[in-house]
Amino acid sequence: MNREKLLERGFLLVALSSISILALIAFFIFEEGLPLVWKVGLKTFLLGDRWFPSKGSFGIFPMIVGSFWVTLGALVVGVPLGLACAIFLCELTPTKVGMVLRPMIQLLAAIPSVIYGFWGLIVLVPLIRNHLGGPGLSILAGSFVLGIMILPTIISISEDSLRALPRIYKEGALSLGATHWQTIWRVLLPAARSGIVASIILGMGRALGETMAMIMILGNAAQMPHSILSSARTLTTNIGIEMGYASGDHRAALFATGVVLFFIIMGLNSLALVISRKGRA
Amino acid sequence: MPARAPRLILSLVLCLSQIFLPGCHRNRAEVSVVGSTSVQPFAEALAEEFMVSHSAERIFIQGGGSTAGIQAVLTGAAQVGMSSRKLEESEKELISVPIIYDAIAVIVHRTNPLNNLSMDQIRKIYAGKITRWKEIEGTDRAITVVTREEGSGTRETFQNLVMGKNEEISLGALVQDSNGAIRQVVADDPNAIGFISLGLVNDRVKALKIDGIEPTLQNIRAHRYQIVRPFLFVFKSSPQGLAKEFLDYVLSPKGQELLMQEGLVSMDQSLRKEAQK
Repeated sequence: MNREKLLERGFLLVALSSISILALIAFFIFEEGLPLVWKVGLKTFLLGDRWFPSKGSFGIFPMIVGSFWVTLGALVVGVPLGLACAIFLCELTPTKVGMVLRPMIQLLAAIPSVIYGFWGLIVLVPLIRNHLGGPGLSILAGSFVLGIMILPTIISISEDSLRALPRIYKEGALSLGATHWQTIWRVLLPAARSGIVASIILGMGRALGETMAMIMILGNAAQMPHSILSSARTLTTNIGIEMGYASGDHRAALFATGVVLFFIIMGLNSLALVISRKGRA
Repeated sequence: MPARAPRLILSLVLCLSQIFLPGCHRNRAEVSVVGSTSVQPFAEALAEEFMVSHSAERIFIQGGGSTAGIQAVLTGAAQVGMSSRKLEESEKELISVPIIYDAIAVIVHRTNPLNNLSMDQIRKIYAGKITRWKEIEGTDRAITVVTREEGSGTRETFQNLVMGKNEEISLGALVQDSNGAIRQVVADDPNAIGFISLGLVNDRVKALKIDGIEPTLQNIRAHRYQIVRPFLFVFKSSPQGLAKEFLDYVLSPKGQELLMQEGLVSMDQSLRKEAQK
């Protein structure tokens, strides 16, 4: 019995230490970043559109807008593809084909993001430049690559939530004379809605957080993007591209960018949690 | 099972001790050189050569940026700082020695018909006042302006020597975080213009004349080609011991020759550039 207690305590300690690391990171980011936000003013920082850190202008609105457009673009590419793939895997594939396809999709998640970035840079960017104009390094290219990168998240969670549905839903619909497609579209998808929405939100989180591939593909211009063919900078790439040489207020401004990112991602993840809880209740 | 645990712990401790207690058993002279990532690859090449003849000593080269290097020297964390920018007023107490010079070339795609730009034209292109190639020469295509990120020494040099105090590099310019990345973008995009270290110009891009002056060894040494910056070694007090030995080696004809081979420019008139590869 004593030994049991000891083990319990031990595991508690390990669990707490991993949480405390998270707390430590959060504390550090806030401590480094917040003083600058108060110094330049929250409104100027969030809504200013001039980013000249060496001259003392810190406006990250173009980056917030950039993150928004790139993430939206990734969802436009990734959600239809991912959902279709999940439905296909769950309802339409013979078991054997699924056994081949599923590991391949998981492999998609294992490819390092720098490889996606490289592929985008070598294949996608020249294609866009030659056929659509502009520098090629653009929101369009970034959205496309991110859309592919979030596929594994969307597919696997959506598929799981489709599989978790009670068999009687499907059997009931089919026995009432619905076709297979009507069953999927009218019964299964609505029933698995909360899981699917959660998968999309988690995909969004992944898209917002991606850095390396976006540095390579987006062109990183710190301007308000005016079309999907123009270059953009996201919150993460703003940190990633400038942290190498930043010092003083500039460095603090990058941490403050991290604080903004922190809040957005926390918000998204909490939303995903609430939605998936609701579905279960 | 229980017998295994102590052995595991022992091996773990041994592994960690390897990480945390390096070189405890031997007493060698060491110098750490920290700073600009522009200077870093050259310093690494120099340190490698230096240690061939000084096998008992160790030179550690680290990046982190000019500012980080200067800070490290100020706090005593490093004996030598590398800087690709001039020292600021608050840093003037440090001793800085120019070890070599680096020219910054303005590059365009190799199919671009343009060979020459005036300083004023470059300034207007980077400020976003000239936006299409036809305003200078060539096709009616938008110019893809490519620059380095804020904080980079190369960008700062370009800002000071080309843009001046009153013009900013346009926010619409694409930003890449290394010389190599800029070269890649310019080599791929027929409408692009960028700036990189002269030593990294290759046949995939074209270096432009500026006000009719080509970026050559003679023109740089004669101060005709203007966009040139020194690479500095920074010390807290006059260098001594191994740090001085290393500095002497870098400034010696042998060290300067090595740097010339890497595409940098020594002001030592007796040194000729090696035949181009």
